[in-house]
Amino acid sequence: MTITLLVWSGLLLLNVVMTGILDSLASKIDISVYFSLDAPEPAIKDFQQKIQQLSQVADTEYISRDEAIDVFKDKHSGDSTLVASLQELGSNPFEASLNIRAKETGQYGSIADFIDKTEFKNIISKINFAENKTAIERLSHIISVTRQSGLVLSLIMAFIAILVAFNTVRLAIYSSREEISVMKLVGASNWFVRGPFIMEGTLHGVFSSFFALSVMIPALGVIGPRFNSFLPEINLISYFYGNIWQIVLLQTAAGVALGVFSSLIAIRRYLKV
Amino acid sequence: MIRFQNVSKIYNSQSAALRDVSFSVDSGEFISLVGRSGAGKSTLLKLLIVEEKPSEGRVYFDKRDVHKMRPHEVPFLRRRIGAIFQDFKLLPQKTAYENIAFAMEVAGKPKTEIHHDVPLVLDLVGLKDKGNNFPRELSGGEKQRVAIARALVHRPDVIVADEPTGNLDPINTWDVIRLLIKINEMGTTVILATHDKEIINALSRRVVSLDKGAVIRDENPGRYILS
Ligand SMILES: Nc1ncnc2c1ncn2[C@@H]1O[C@H](COP(=O)(O)OP(=O)(O)OP(=O)(O)O)[C@@H](O)[C@H]1O
Ligand SMILES: [Mg+2]
Repeated sequence: MTITLLVWSGLLLLNVVMTGILDSLASKIDISVYFSLDAPEPAIKDFQQKIQQLSQVADTEYISRDEAIDVFKDKHSGDSTLVASLQELGSNPFEASLNIRAKETGQYGSIADFIDKTEFKNIISKINFAENKTAIERLSHIISVTRQSGLVLSLIMAFIAILVAFNTVRLAIYSSREEISVMKLVGASNWFVRGPFIMEGTLHGVFSSFFALSVMIPALGVIGPRFNSFLPEINLISYFYGNIWQIVLLQTAAGVALGVFSSLIAIRRYLKV
Repeated sequence: MIRFQNVSKIYNSQSAALRDVSFSVDSGEFISLVGRSGAGKSTLLKLLIVEEKPSEGRVYFDKRDVHKMRPHEVPFLRRRIGAIFQDFKLLPQKTAYENIAFAMEVAGKPKTEIHHDVPLVLDLVGLKDKGNNFPRELSGGEKQRVAIARALVHRPDVIVADEPTGNLDPINTWDVIRLLIKINEMGTTVILATHDKEIINALSRRVVSLDKGAVIRDENPGRYILS
């Protein structure tokens, strides 16, 4: 029982944390396309439209030269020498840029390829994807590896949970073997004999789920704030309470499904009728 | 009504518990199965209530091959065949009354029917005032009579009794045998497996003798002869 509920809470927490981290990391990745200083704005808009139509692209953000300089000034408003030297320059040295975000991290390569081949190539001064390419690729590799190992871990944990519930039901069958044999003797219908054991599996799932929840809530109180300090994008606690009913429902449903599944196997193996 | 047709049962490859057994039992008969220990009496009865499957041959009840029945039909067969055993198979944490009521509950009988029928069968086996006793508070003979009452509560067509007197002293033995005769006279078929020579000889009914899994004698009326 203890093992099962730890497995459950671990499973869910891990999933939440992982999807959180991955999503936040994935949203940080983008391609920035910088345009040469003399690039006409309509051409850039054209280019943006074209990119936007690609199926891999989630969204794009255009930053004009004026916006770029404003951002720079804001960022360095305390640094008077820098602002002054910018003034001295007379003209705006910043290039307009387009930030492109893909729907999935693996798609950046193909977007970059597309940009490389467009007729707009002449107005583009540089694509920073090439620079970030290795970093991006490594990250997307890490992400997919983590996702896969998370899946494997989930499966292993589910297997352990099934094993535990299976054993519980097997023990229940064993300890009531006398009653079972009497039931069969006097002609109890098969589902009448099996019913209590399926109930056992179901209850096991329900209780595991509630225990897991009662472990998770205090654990979250401890982990949540620490987590927040180094990954502010993921607010574990607000995520948890925002989705509490879904989490409870999902977890209970999964617990019941695993419990029933386990008891069905145990019944098949140990309960002849 | 019951027919064993060329039935063999091999538990493990060394020896056969039953070999090519064929005989039939008519409705209303009182038939005894005799044979040494290990001759295959219990196995034969287990085949009838589908607790074991035959390795070969068929077992018919009411013209139906009981081993071709679908799993959900088997409980209904078992309600038509009341079975009693040497070790009673009563539930120790239930009273005599509850043990009998349990048999009706698992068959989904309504409460009113249970309240009506259980006292009737308790009375029939002569245990009207022992209904609230737990099995540990009953003598061996009384326990066996509770088991018989439980077997009767479904109004079965057949009672199979596997050495029902094996654990009883002579007085209790005869109480149980007399009860079985009474049940038989009320129209229920009885199949009795026993070692008890005196019972067999006193009954003077049909006797099927088994030796090493084979039928060696089938006489009516028969006597207890082993060899
Ligand atoms: N479940 C089983 N597995 C293997 N062998 C079995 C099993 N049940 C019975 N046997 C064997 O089958 C043979 C017949 O057994 P069975 O119980 O039918 O004999 P029996 O005539 O009822 O004997 P007894 O008078 O001692 O009750 C015996 O050799 C026994 O060892
Ligand atoms: Mg026997």
